[in-house]
Amino acid sequence: MFRKGYTLFVVLAIVALVLAACNNTPAPGEGGETTSQEPVKETVVVKETVIVTVEVPAEAPAATPQVQIEVAQAPGFGETLAAVQARGTLICGVNGQLPGFSFLDPQGAFNGFDVDFCRALAAAIFGDPAKVEFRPTTTQERFTVLQTGEIDVLSRNTTWSLVRDTELGLNFTAVTFYDGQGIMVPVDSGITTLQDLEGGTICVQKGTTTELNLADVMATEGISYTPAVFDDVNATYGAYAEGRCDAATSDKSQLSSVAKGLLPNPEEHVIMDVTLSKEPLGPVVRHGDDQWFDIVKWVIFATFAGEEYGVSSANVDDVRASTENPEIKRFLGLEGDLGLKLGLTNDFAYNVLKLVGNYAEIYDRNLGEATPTFIPRGLNSLYKDGGVLYSPPFR
Amino acid sequence: MTDGIASSAQILPPPTERFTLLGWLRRNLFSTWYNALLTVAGLALIYAILKPFLTWLLTEAEWEVIQVNFRLLMLGQYPPEETWRVWTCLYLLAANLGLSWGAWVRRRSVIGVVLLGVPLLLTLYPALAASIRWQLLALDAIGLVAFIVGRRAGIRLRRWLLILWVLYFPLVILLVRGFATPQEIIPIVPTNLWGGLLLTFLLTIVGISFSFPLGILLALGRRSSLPAIRWASITYIEVVRGVPLVTILFMASTMVPLFFSLQDRPDPVLRAMIGITLFSAAYLAEIVRGGLQAIPKGQYEASHALGLSGFHTTIFIVLPQALRLVIPVLMGLFIALFKDTSLVAIIGLLELLGIARSVLAQPQYVGFQREVYLFISLIYWIFSYMMSYISQRVESTLGVGER
Repeated sequence: MFRKGYTLFVVLAIVALVLAACNNTPAPGEGGETTSQEPVKETVVVKETVIVTVEVPAEAPAATPQVQIEVAQAPGFGETLAAVQARGTLICGVNGQLPGFSFLDPQGAFNGFDVDFCRALAAAIFGDPAKVEFRPTTTQERFTVLQTGEIDVLSRNTTWSLVRDTELGLNFTAVTFYDGQGIMVPVDSGITTLQDLEGGTICVQKGTTTELNLADVMATEGISYTPAVFDDVNATYGAYAEGRCDAATSDKSQLSSVAKGLLPNPEEHVIMDVTLSKEPLGPVVRHGDDQWFDIVKWVIFATFAGEEYGVSSANVDDVRASTENPEIKRFLGLEGDLGLKLGLTNDFAYNVLKLVGNYAEIYDRNLGEATPTFIPRGLNSLYKDGGVLYSPPFR
Repeated sequence: MTDGIASSAQILPPPTERFTLLGWLRRNLFSTWYNALLTVAGLALIYAILKPFLTWLLTEAEWEVIQVNFRLLMLGQYPPEETWRVWTCLYLLAANLGLSWGAWVRRRSVIGVVLLGVPLLLTLYPALAASIRWQLLALDAIGLVAFIVGRRAGIRLRRWLLILWVLYFPLVILLVRGFATPQEIIPIVPTNLWGGLLLTFLLTIVGISFSFPLGILLALGRRSSLPAIRWASITYIEVVRGVPLVTILFMASTMVPLFFSLQDRPDPVLRAMIGITLFSAAYLAEIVRGGLQAIPKGQYEASHALGLSGFHTTIFIVLPQALRLVIPVLMGLFIALFKDTSLVAIIGLLELLGIARSVLAQPQYVGFQREVYLFISLIYWIFSYMMSYISQRVESTLGVGER
């Protein structure tokens, strides 16, 4: 009996292995879908041809060189936008549990900084910021759901790093929030430098770059410490508040908003003047569809440019009616066809600003001084205000 | 020996003294010096544990977060204009419960009074919208009327009631989900809007009602004389039991997309339901198998001697007895399943626990985790205890452990 069972097990194991091997081969191909997407690619070719006629009217029939460029496009080009438009909604992966960035309000609607960029994208595509379906994702599954096409874009406080950009098959579009890792300590602990933490315990959240950065920096500085690792934000700062750790570390944005909200006496804690890492956060798309990559990128830039030009949801209609500035005219779609080049409509930037607002509005609404999750803008100011937000030109 | 009896008879105090509180205290808590010591130490421990908790509960706890987010915790993002569907489900439940109570129990009992009393108590809650108050009263009225009708109709009704109960759960799912009609009377509510306690219940209901038949089939399959069926069942049961539920849910959320194209991919809620069903079916199979093995061989032989086929023997003789034997364990499994649904929070579904964590991220309520978690654990406890109580009633009605 036992031997029979064992043989069966071996046979099953072999079958399973063979099956696994078979499944592996088409894997790099999300290309298995290539053939079915062929028609989509063709429509893009047609669009581009139209643009050529606009730019070089005399040579309209001689569009061959353009077509050659099209041939060089990756097979996935344009498929995401086509899928989103066919579906009628954008599916946006969010955190869902991060104060200020994304959370459910009592009416059951998602709100927050990351969420507003999803809305801006929907406004650009459909002219309607409500056409988004939000998919709450956990830290562990966020990349998988993006890679497998379950969400169109991941807008979930995700740090841009080389490994993620390459190995995971993802493209980071643009940085919407420049963050950095900091350390919070009780004021009366007297800790001011990293060296003071020698031999101490530090609360940190699991599965984030935060945990790795801490280890890297402490190893470089030669400081020994005990990490106390927790599953979620609440547990991390709960433990810190109870005095189970000497310090808590996380992105400064989180420390100044979430953590202070979670602590019984926020004024008794201070964020040390050290920055352990650069944490550029921004929306992510998957490799293989450069058109979609461009769309997300330029929608974000449109919010930057809106602030730069002084165009907000309040005055965008007036500006559109009265402006003489050719740059702003192009930007709002009164002249040229910038939107068409992205595969959207020419008024996409107008829609974003009108329906969601420019960067300053999004920021103030979610992280501004009037909110409980106030974070000083710091690096996240326009380049002309001493920050690093800089939109490439709209032309 | 006789001496002992005589002496104890002598020192027995008069009944007036024996049955006073003091007498009871002396006998049970302070009978010897070490018992007295233990009592004092125990009291001190209880005080030390309860005092901070009660202080917090009575003075510091602020329940505004629950009040404001009550709808969210119950229904998640379920569209407000479709809430009537959930109420309809509750009305049907009240009717079913009332009828069943009337037909089977036939008398007032504590739990019946509690079931009727809870909605009444809730209506007294001051911050309640008037419409909800009326709906709660309607719930009570329907239950009461159904009870009276059920009592009148009595035994005749029982068979129909079983059918009603079997139909109830698919109906609930149909109502909550909606279906495509030309007039859009009951539009489809996409599963990503299901949440809160509603989703917890739906996951539990689907998990129980599908894993039950599947588990029985697996249990019978494992005892089958056909090697292919037996080995398939054994492999399934042992593989699934060897994997934690979290892993199965993760597989469902991350592996399933690799095998299906985007169009015909089951949505995350359905995936979680399938994962939970497949998982608990394996455990259920082993429980049922235990019941099957407890049936004496004589039962099979007697049944064959009466000329019943193998199929009929299983359906009419063996299974009813086996299932009756395993009711307590089965109910334990169902309660565990109910609580295990909270694990779907890790695949991004907003069931009761998931939605609680989302509520805690609202900037104005950051730091209210004590209130929120206490509230949802209370909900979990109420329903788990209810399931446990019902199973005890069913057991005593069927006489499990007495025959």
